[in-house]
Amino acid sequence: MELLAFILVDGLIYGAWLFIVSVGLTLVFGVLNILNLAHGSLYAIGAYATASAVGAYFALGGDAFPMGSYLAMVIGALLVAVVLGPLLERGLLRHFYDRDHVIVVLVTYGVFLILEDVMKLIWGVTPLFVSEPYSLLGNVELGPLFYVAYDFLVIAVAIMSGLAVWFFLNRTRRGKVVLAVIHDREMSQTMGVNVDRVFLVCFTVGVFLAALGGALTAPMISVSPGIGVNVIIIAFAVVIIGGLGSIEGAAIGALFVGIARAASVHLLPEAELFIIYLVMAVVLVFRPEGLFSKTEARKI
Amino acid sequence: MSATRSLPVICAIGFVALIVVGLLLPEWAMFLTTMAFAKGLVALGIVCLMRAGLVSFGQGLYFCIGAYVAGLMANWTGITDIFLLTALGIIASGITGMIFGPLLATYRGIFFAMLTLSLSMILYGFLSKMTALGGTDGLNVAAPTFLGYAPEGRALGLSLYVYTCAIVVIAGGLVRTFFDSERGLIALAIRDNELRVEYLGASVRKEIVFSYVAAGILGGIGGVISGLAIGHVDPETAYWTTSGEFVFVAILSGYLSIPAVFVGSLLLEVVRSFSNLYFPNTWQLSLGIFLLAVILLLPNGLGSLLAWRKRRRETS
Amino acid sequence: MIDRVRKSSAGRLTSRLLAAVAAVGMLGMGTAKAEDTFKIGVVTFLSGGAAESFGVPAWHGGKLMIEMLNEGGILPPPYDKKGFGGMTIEAIPVDEAGGATKQVQEFRNLVQREKVDAVVGYVSSGDCLAIPPVADELKAFTILYDCGTPRVFEEGEYAYVFRTAAHAAMDNISLAKYMKSRGVEVGTFAGINQDYAWGQDSWADFVASMSVIMPDATTDTALFPKIFAGQYGTEISALIRDNADVVHSSLWGGDLQAFVLQAGPRGLFERSQVALAAGDHVIPQLGNKMPDGVIIGARGMNGLSAKPKATELTDVLWEAYEKEHDTFPVQAPFRMWQALLGLKTAVEKAMAENGGTKPTAEQLAAAMKGLEWEAPSGTIKMALGNGHQAIQPNAIGTTKWDAETGKMTLVDIEYYAAECVNPPDGVKAVEWIKEGFPGAKCD
Repeated sequence: MELLAFILVDGLIYGAWLFIVSVGLTLVFGVLNILNLAHGSLYAIGAYATASAVGAYFALGGDAFPMGSYLAMVIGALLVAVVLGPLLERGLLRHFYDRDHVIVVLVTYGVFLILEDVMKLIWGVTPLFVSEPYSLLGNVELGPLFYVAYDFLVIAVAIMSGLAVWFFLNRTRRGKVVLAVIHDREMSQTMGVNVDRVFLVCFTVGVFLAALGGALTAPMISVSPGIGVNVIIIAFAVVIIGGLGSIEGAAIGALFVGIARAASVHLLPEAELFIIYLVMAVVLVFRPEGLFSKTEARKI
Repeated sequence: MSATRSLPVICAIGFVALIVVGLLLPEWAMFLTTMAFAKGLVALGIVCLMRAGLVSFGQGLYFCIGAYVAGLMANWTGITDIFLLTALGIIASGITGMIFGPLLATYRGIFFAMLTLSLSMILYGFLSKMTALGGTDGLNVAAPTFLGYAPEGRALGLSLYVYTCAIVVIAGGLVRTFFDSERGLIALAIRDNELRVEYLGASVRKEIVFSYVAAGILGGIGGVISGLAIGHVDPETAYWTTSGEFVFVAILSGYLSIPAVFVGSLLLEVVRSFSNLYFPNTWQLSLGIFLLAVILLLPNGLGSLLAWRKRRRETS
Repeated sequence: MIDRVRKSSAGRLTSRLLAAVAAVGMLGMGTAKAEDTFKIGVVTFLSGGAAESFGVPAWHGGKLMIEMLNEGGILPPPYDKKGFGGMTIEAIPVDEAGGATKQVQEFRNLVQREKVDAVVGYVSSGDCLAIPPVADELKAFTILYDCGTPRVFEEGEYAYVFRTAAHAAMDNISLAKYMKSRGVEVGTFAGINQDYAWGQDSWADFVASMSVIMPDATTDTALFPKIFAGQYGTEISALIRDNADVVHSSLWGGDLQAFVLQAGPRGLFERSQVALAAGDHVIPQLGNKMPDGVIIGARGMNGLSAKPKATELTDVLWEAYEKEHDTFPVQAPFRMWQALLGLKTAVEKAMAENGGTKPTAEQLAAAMKGLEWEAPSGTIKMALGNGHQAIQPNAIGTTKWDAETGKMTLVDIEYYAAECVNPPDGVKAVEWIKEGFPGAKCD
C-alpha cells in the first residue's frame, strides 16, 4: 500500500514536470508543424534566465519578501520568450515553412547547437544556484511520505498551464482561429486570418512554456551547461506517446511515463535507463500515431 | 540506357581516382576520409529511405550492430579478416532489418523517425547494461587483417582506405542501379503519393521493407569499417546524436546524387575537425552556423549542385 | 575566462590555418618546428555536463601552471626551471565532448596534423580505453590524466601510454575503511550511482570492499539513475523508504549538485549517513547547501584534503588559482597538475640522459616508466601496469560548515598511503578487494 502510494505520488510529481517541459513542444508542433529540437535549449535558457532573475531579485533586497522570487521566475521565463520567440520565428523559421519537415527539424538542430555555445558565452560554465524558492514553501508530510511542498507547486503549475492552453484553444475566439489555422492553413488565410501572427504568437507561447519548464526546474538543480540535451529527448518521447500536437495527449503521456518510471525505480531499478523508450515503443506498436491523434485523410 | 552501361566504367574511374588521391594524402587526412566514407555509407542508407519519403533517426542501430559484430567477433573468435567481418556485419544487420522492417513499414513521417530512434536507444540501453560487453566504456577491437595480410602503421591506414573506397564504389554502384531500377523508381513514387502506387498494383510495404533492409545493411557495413578503423566500439554508436549526424549528412547531401553523400560526409568531418581544434569552446556554434548556411544556400543539398550541372549538360 | 581562451585560440587561427593548408599542400611533409617549444594537446571537456565539474577547472589549472612554468622560477624546486627543460610549452586545448569515436579521430589529428609532442587528456573512461591502442600505433607519447577505470592497464599493455592518476578502486576502498575507523554503524547500506561504467564500477567496488571490511552490513537497494537525469525525486523516495544507515553515491557534477539540493529538504541527510566517493568538487559551488557530516572523498589527496598537508608547491598553486578564479582548486586541477609535473619531470630526466635535446617519444616513455615525483596531491608513483599506472595517497573527510569564515571545511580527515588502498602491481583491483587486500601497506 505504502509502496503504491509512493509510486503514485512520485509518478505524479515527475509526470507533472514532464508535462511542463513537453507541452510547449506539442503546441508548436500542433500549430506550426515544426518539431523543435531546440526546445531543450530554450528550457535551459529559461533555467539560466531564471537563475539570473532570482539572483538579481535577492541581490536587490528581495530577502524581505522572498515569495517575490516566484514572480522573478515567471519574469525570467517571459523575458526569454519575448526575446527569443520573435527572433527565432521571424528571423529564421519563417524561411523554411515551405520546406520539407525534416529540413526544418535540422534547422532547429542547428539552432540547438548554436544556443548551447551561446549559453556558455553568456553565463560561463560555473553553475548557478537558486535553491531559495525550492525550500520556501516548507515540507509536506503525507503519513510515511515526506515531500517538499515545491513538488506540489510543480503539479499545480502543470495543471494550470495545461488548462490555460486548453481553455484558450477551445473556449476563446482567438483560440478557435488558431484551431482553424491548424486545421487548414491556406483556407484560414483566405478567410482573412493573419496566419503569420498566429504563428508568431504560438511559437512565442511555446518558447515561454519551454522556458517556464526551465524556470521551475532551476531551483531544484544546478544550472550548468548541458542540462538541455537530456530534456529534448524526454520531451519528445512524451509528446510522441501522447500523439504529436495533442495537449491532452501530452498530459496523459507525461503521466504514463512518470508512473512507469516511478514504478521502475521502486521495483526494478535496473530498468530505469530504458523504461521511457520501452513505453514509447509499446505505445507506438499499438497506437502508431500516439495515444491522442487526429486521423488524417490521406490525399490522393 | 547508356547511363546504366557506363556505370561500371564510372565506378572504376572513381575508384582509381580515389586511390590516387589517397596515396597523396597525409595520414591524418586519409584516416579522416576513411571515417567520413564509413559514415557516408550509413548516410547513403538514409538516402535510400529518403527517396521513399522516410527518414530514420535510428540508423545508429545498424552502425552499432556492425561495429559490435566486428568487435565481438575479433575478441571472441579471433576473426580479424575484414572481408569475413564485413560479411558477418551484413548478415547481422540484414537479419535485424528483416525483423524490424515489416513492423516499421506501417509508420510514416515523424513516427517512423521516432520509432527507429527508440529502437536504437533500446539497444543503447541494453549495451550500456552489459558489463560483459564492456558496458558504456565499450571494448577495444584488434586491427583488421586483409586475407592474411596484416599491415601496420601507414600500410594499415592505406589498406583500410583502399578497402573502404572499394566498398564505397561497389555500394554506390549498386545503389545507383537500384535507384534506376523499376523498384527504385517506385520508391520515388511513394514519396510523391503512396496511395497512387498501391492503386497501380505495387506493394508500398514491400518496397519500404526492401529499402529499410538495404539501409540497415549499408549502416552495418559502415559500422564494421568504423569499428575496425577506430579500434574501439561503444554504445555511443547507437545513441540518438550519432543517428542525428547521419541524418544531417543525408540532408546535407540530398537524395539527388550518390557521390554527394560521401562529399557531404567528408565536408562535415573536415569542418568539425578543424572547428573543434581552432574553436575548442565554440565548435558547436560554428557547426550550427555551417549547418544553417548549407540549408539556406543549398536547398536541395550538395547533390543539387552536381545534379543541376548534369541536367544542364543533358539539355544542351 | 572562456572569452579569453577563445580569443587566444582565434588569434592562433590564421597562422595555424595557413600551416594546416601548407601541410596539406606539401602533402604531409610537415611544418618546420622550432626546437625550443614543446607542444602538448590538452584534451578535456569544455562543453557538456562534465565541463563545469572536471574539464574546465582542469584546463584552468593546466593553463595557469603552463603560464607559470613558461615564466620560470615561480614554482619551488625541483620545478623552477623554465617550461619543460627550458623549452616553452605550447598547449592546444581540445574539447573532449562527442564520444570515443570522435576522440580517436581528434587524437590522430593532434598527433599527425598538429604534430604535438605529447597528448595530456581524457576524463571519460570510454575515451581512456579507446585512445591507448591508437597512441601505441602512432607511437605518440600520451598521458591519461583523469579517468578512473582500472581496465586500461589491467586489460592492456601499452608502450607510450601512462596514467598519472590512481584508478577509481581506491576511492571506494578508502570510503569503506573510513566507515570502519570512524565507527560509523552500518547495518544496511544503499547506493545511488549513475547508470554507466563509472557508477556501476564504483558501486561494485564499494559493495566488495564493504563485504570484506564490514562483513555484517547488508544492502538491498541499488539505484542507477540515468546520467544527467537531473530529477531525483523518485530515487530519493526510494532511498527514504529503504531507510538504510548509509547511502553511497559516486554521482558527480551537476547530477550530484541536483541530488544534494533535492535530497536536503527531504531529510535524507538526517535519516542516513551519506558518503560521496568523489564529492569534493561540488563544495565550492554548493557552499552551505552541502549538509554537515557528509563523508566525502576527492579521488586522491586533492582539494580541501590537500590543504592540511600543503607544501610550498601546493600553496603557490592554490593561491594563484584562487586569485584568478575566485574559488579554491578542487580535484580536477590537482590531477592536471600532477600530470603536467610528471611530464615535466620525465622530459627533464630524458634530456639529462640524451644530452639536452628534445626527447623523442621513446625517450620520454623510458623516462616516465616507474617515475616518482612530488605533486600538490602527494607523491605520485608509477607503480602499477609495469610502470605505466600511478598510485597516489588518498584522503576522506567529513563536511563541516564554518559559520565564522563562511566556508565549508573538511574535518576528521583520514589519510591513506598509496600502497594501502591500491593493489600491488600485477593484481587486478577487484580480485585484490575480494581477497581481503593482501599485501596492503597501511601506516
